Amino acid sequence: MKDKLIYFLELTGFNWFIPLVKLGTGDSPKAQLQDLAKMVGVPLFAIVVFLLLWHMGAAKIITSLGQVPGPTQVWEQTTVLVDEHYEEREREQAFIERQEKRNAIKLEKNPDADVTIRPYTGKETFFDQILTSLATVFVGFLLASVIAIPIGIVAGLSNTLYSAINPLIQIFKPVSPLAWLPIVTMVVSALYVSDNPLFAKSFVTSAITVMLCSLWPTLINTAVGVSSIDKDLINVARVLRLNYLTTIYKVVIPASIPMIFTGLRISLGIGWMVLIAAEMLAQNPGLGKFVWDEFQNGSSESLSRIMVAVLTIGIVGFILDRITLSFQKFFSYDKNATIR
Amino acid sequence: MDKYLNIDHVSIDFPTPNGPFRALDNVNLKIDKGEFVSIIGHSGCGKSTVMNIVGGLYQATEGGVILEGREVNDPGPDRAIVFQNHSLFPWLTCYQNVELAVKSVFGGKRSKQEMKDWIEHNLSLVHMSHAMHKLPSEISGGMKQRIGIARALSMEPKVLLMDEPFGALDALTRAHLQDSLMEIQAELNNTVIMITHDVDEAVLLSDKIVMMTNGPAASIGEVMDVKLPRPRKRLELADNGDYNHYRSEVIHFLHARHARKVA
Ligand SMILES: Nc1ncnc2c1ncn2[C@@H]1O[C@H](COP(=O)(O)OP(=O)(O)OP(=O)(O)O)[C@@H](O)[C@H]1O
Ligand SMILES: [Mg+2]
Repeated sequence: MKDKLIYFLELTGFNWFIPLVKLGTGDSPKAQLQDLAKMVGVPLFAIVVFLLLWHMGAAKIITSLGQVPGPTQVWEQTTVLVDEHYEEREREQAFIERQEKRNAIKLEKNPDADVTIRPYTGKETFFDQILTSLATVFVGFLLASVIAIPIGIVAGLSNTLYSAINPLIQIFKPVSPLAWLPIVTMVVSALYVSDNPLFAKSFVTSAITVMLCSLWPTLINTAVGVSSIDKDLINVARVLRLNYLTTIYKVVIPASIPMIFTGLRISLGIGWMVLIAAEMLAQNPGLGKFVWDEFQNGSSESLSRIMVAVLTIGIVGFILDRITLSFQKFFSYDKNATIR
Repeated sequence: MDKYLNIDHVSIDFPTPNGPFRALDNVNLKIDKGEFVSIIGHSGCGKSTVMNIVGGLYQATEGGVILEGREVNDPGPDRAIVFQNHSLFPWLTCYQNVELAVKSVFGGKRSKQEMKDWIEHNLSLVHMSHAMHKLPSEISGGMKQRIGIARALSMEPKVLLMDEPFGALDALTRAHLQDSLMEIQAELNNTVIMITHDVDEAVLLSDKIVMMTNGPAASIGEVMDVKLPRPRKRLELADNGDYNHYRSEVIHFLHARHARKVA
């Protein structure tokens, strides 16, 4: 039980939690406390120093929107954003109740009456925007993976194909999302026409932009991983007369899983970074739009609120990376390899 | 004339930037069913190339390989290969590694239970039943090589090909594996081609030792029958006159008549 818990914590990157578990089970308390001090104490100290420096530095810079916010102002705005979220939810609840009541009365008078149920159209709260951003980045990342992994596998297996697509990869890889966006916007407007669209255009545009920028690391890493599989393993598959698909499924993919995941991790990181820029320009109601709107808004709290978004973007990005890292560790056959 | 395995006038050219490189020239070798044949020769002479041609991994430029009256020119489980560095799939347990081979060779022809018994039987042949659910990274080099042998045996090959199977092992482990291999050979009487660098290993295990000349354009220099009675015991052979005679023959071939010009 304890070993399983520790393995799980290791897998999920909560290494600093392990001494606590060991402490809880009475495992040489002194050593555990030392471990804890090293794993928690040192980073904690660094954070405190950072906050102090921030506090002192921020007070010295005055912008047209007032003083650059320090940690206290940012924390204040964080609570405001949380409050706004709950207020908005209450308003929504109230709206729904009113509407239900109205409809009930209508139906009582006349059972055949047409009742209209309108969705609530309040403004998105900060948390709604985080969720929108996450959904967008996932769709883009998923599309990218679905395209990049198969192409990477086939390219890794065939030198000819690899040299065919390599120049394309090298040319498109460094292109900034800001350059793709206008083209993507126009193409989406031209092709994605429906009277009752399932997804907003801004969402599709942002997701595709994310996809275009996060394709490359997965593609390259998959191709390199596949082409560097031990030749003897492929020969074993040949001796066993496994057909092309079975060879890919039983030999090629398991052998290159670590590299594929390395690529996926980089891709997701890039995708998240690109997303914010894409949302700003495409006006997709996520964190990018939040930052942009606050910037246009230009009230005295704007900078603090943008700072909250900056920290949120960082923390969410970090969590995403941890999650993929856990997947990478879980799927990698070489459990002893150190993956950071 | 009609031998079980016939390596018939095989030559091979590898393409290089400076034109074709003739690695093997006119290699001719006939092997009986149930024979244990060692190929010995200096590094780089073309031993692996011979084996890869028999295994179907390389194509001969001239000549061909005939097994039981039929020409073979693609890889297949009837010519199972034991590679020098085990080549087990690291994400599969020992059992699963053998299972993959058994399922792809016998899938559909044998029942699940039969296949399971067969996998376990082969693992016990190489004395690895105790560790069959371990991953290759969790067992020693000698054990990995045992699993590699079990995997190859499990395919019920017509010819078992081994490319320096014990080359990467320390002397003691190697001796253990040689003993195991002799035990298995006594039981199954497979047709085996084994490549080796080790003169003692060749004499101890083989019915026939094939000595290759140096490359490029290597071919077969001499073939020596080893007529030592079986079962052979390492200790008893140490003072056996015939054994020492065979040994010195091979050593003379390698180091006097066909000494390497460059080290
Ligand atoms: N795929 C290839 N392409 C070009 N040359 C090759 C290829 N495979 C082998 N050779 C060449 O053929 C010759 C014989 O190689 P081979 O690997 O068969 O030697 P070997 O006797 O097995 O050596 P060792 O004992 O070191 O394993 C070498 O000169 C090698 O460089
Ligand atoms: Mg070799």
